[in-house]
Amino acid sequence: MTTQALNSSAVDKSMARTKVLFLVLIAIGLVAPFAIYPVFLMKVLCFALFACAFNLMLGYGGLLSFGHAAFLATGGYITGHTVMEWGVTPEVGILIGTVCSAAMGFVFGKLAIRRQGIYFAMITLALAQLVFFLYVQAPFTGGENGLQGIPRGELLGFISLEDNLPMYYFVFAIFIFGFALIHRTIHSPFGQILKAIRENEPRAISLGYDVDKYKLVAFVISAGLAGLAGSTKSLVFQLSSLTDAHWHMSGEVILMTLLGGVGTIFGPVVGAATVVTLQNYLSQGPLASWVPVILGLIFVVCVLLFRSGIVGEIQKFMKKNFS
Amino acid sequence: MAELLGFPPQVLFGQLLIGLINGSFYALLSLGLAIIFGLLNIINFAHGAQYMLGAFVAWLGLNFLGVNYWVSLLLAPLVVAAIGIALEKTMLRRLYKEDHLYGLLLTFGLALIIEGSFIHFFGVSGQPYSVPQALTGGNNLGFMFLPTYRAWIIVASLIICFGTWYMIERTKLGSYLRAGTENPQLLQAFGINVPLLITLTYGYGVALAAFAGVLAAPIYSVSPVMGSNLLIVVFAVVVIGGMGSIMGAIVTGLLMGLIEGLTKVFYPEASTTVIFLVMIIVLLVRPAGLFGKEA
Repeated sequence: MTTQALNSSAVDKSMARTKVLFLVLIAIGLVAPFAIYPVFLMKVLCFALFACAFNLMLGYGGLLSFGHAAFLATGGYITGHTVMEWGVTPEVGILIGTVCSAAMGFVFGKLAIRRQGIYFAMITLALAQLVFFLYVQAPFTGGENGLQGIPRGELLGFISLEDNLPMYYFVFAIFIFGFALIHRTIHSPFGQILKAIRENEPRAISLGYDVDKYKLVAFVISAGLAGLAGSTKSLVFQLSSLTDAHWHMSGEVILMTLLGGVGTIFGPVVGAATVVTLQNYLSQGPLASWVPVILGLIFVVCVLLFRSGIVGEIQKFMKKNFS
Repeated sequence: MAELLGFPPQVLFGQLLIGLINGSFYALLSLGLAIIFGLLNIINFAHGAQYMLGAFVAWLGLNFLGVNYWVSLLLAPLVVAAIGIALEKTMLRRLYKEDHLYGLLLTFGLALIIEGSFIHFFGVSGQPYSVPQALTGGNNLGFMFLPTYRAWIIVASLIICFGTWYMIERTKLGSYLRAGTENPQLLQAFGINVPLLITLTYGYGVALAAFAGVLAAPIYSVSPVMGSNLLIVVFAVVVIGGMGSIMGAIVTGLLMGLIEGLTKVFYPEASTTVIFLVMIIVLLVRPAGLFGKEA
């Protein structure tokens, strides 16, 4: 057997393993609401989708966006507004929210891609802050109060989402859709070129790829899915507020991805679940006011000691001992 | 001179003065960021927290140890720089071989820790810090009233900014720094202690932030969140100016402050966003920044 054949069989094996893991995850997701409080699970799923969307850019494109809060908030506000004021059904509201976020992603991308590396991060952060200030002043966001009492409505006009269980399965379906889309994107030729750009941009250019166009498409997909997460979240909690637009949120999604494992498929899901669980536990205890400090500490520890994150470390361990 | 462009001159000049003061802070902070970025290749996200630390060291010194403003102006930057140097030696140093984005993430985590701890102990509301005796009062210039302390901020920050520029562009030590920015390996080969140079550079950049913090203490109240929102504006200023030039950072900082001040007169609703809008225009017209070197 040649080395190439060996490699491709190893790839097949890892693909098969991912598929099995994926099916196990779906099975767990289907029975989970009977064991764990569904609202908590929905929160985890929304943030997991948000982190996966973010990971598409950082993990596979090498682009650190410090402005993803803007897309989360845009999705949430637009969905909230259309559902409340226009009276559209939830799936239409979510669709409009997602499209608006993707459009905003196009504008952000067009501007930020003009600079590389560290400037890219600063530009996205500044643009997100601009969006934050616009939402503070804009009439349709409800300012400091946000949009409250957004109705969950009826899916397709006849399935009521007021109860948590049907809402959970709706959110779960959205998550699976987003997750599958990201998985497909990463393993498509497009995803391969994205990875090539991350590894060596000048070389990708010299091979004739229009690098900026690939980055822009990745940005739009990522922004759209972040918006999808925000739209869904606004229906789950029946609320969209400025918290979602604040730069702390952009930092949190970076932390989730970093903690779970940058550039791994399941990493952002694990990271989001860990961070959300941690916040939920801590916010009720005596350490409530220390939450930002603890998140900061996790950041520092991750960066200094385990940059591959939880899933990345597990993968390394498996490779060392079982293959 | 009853009216100027349809506004009473007191209003116009008053806002321009405030703009110039904000611009002084932008200049001091973006200067520090640019120096650190030049040699370390990282964006110091903790810069806002270190600015806040400077103000708090002055406030704590005054209230618990009786250290007056003038001593604080010298002492606070030294204290904060010492903390910065300790962070550089223990943590940042380990990341120089990694992707530069990790430096940004590490300092972001540090900023969360510093800011969060201060919020825990002092809350988000501001603490007052009185203007030192010698700088109270003001002068009537005929067209406007100029408070002495505000004049002092502008003078002090200009002295520090141009002093820094002189040191980097015109002295032997500055030539090492510039050489290190261009090619650290070659500089090391000539027998210069580059790791020490890096540590001191980080310390100096941090000290500039703390100095700005002490200057700001009497006019803005001393609060744990005073730095973080300011820092994002400073990032936009840095993108507008480009970090390639020291003078560029200073000039852009002052200019953006003035533009912000003018916006407050003519269209107050946009005063929080105008700098970001300028950033967008600059990115469209001249992506490398006003003073940027890259094509």
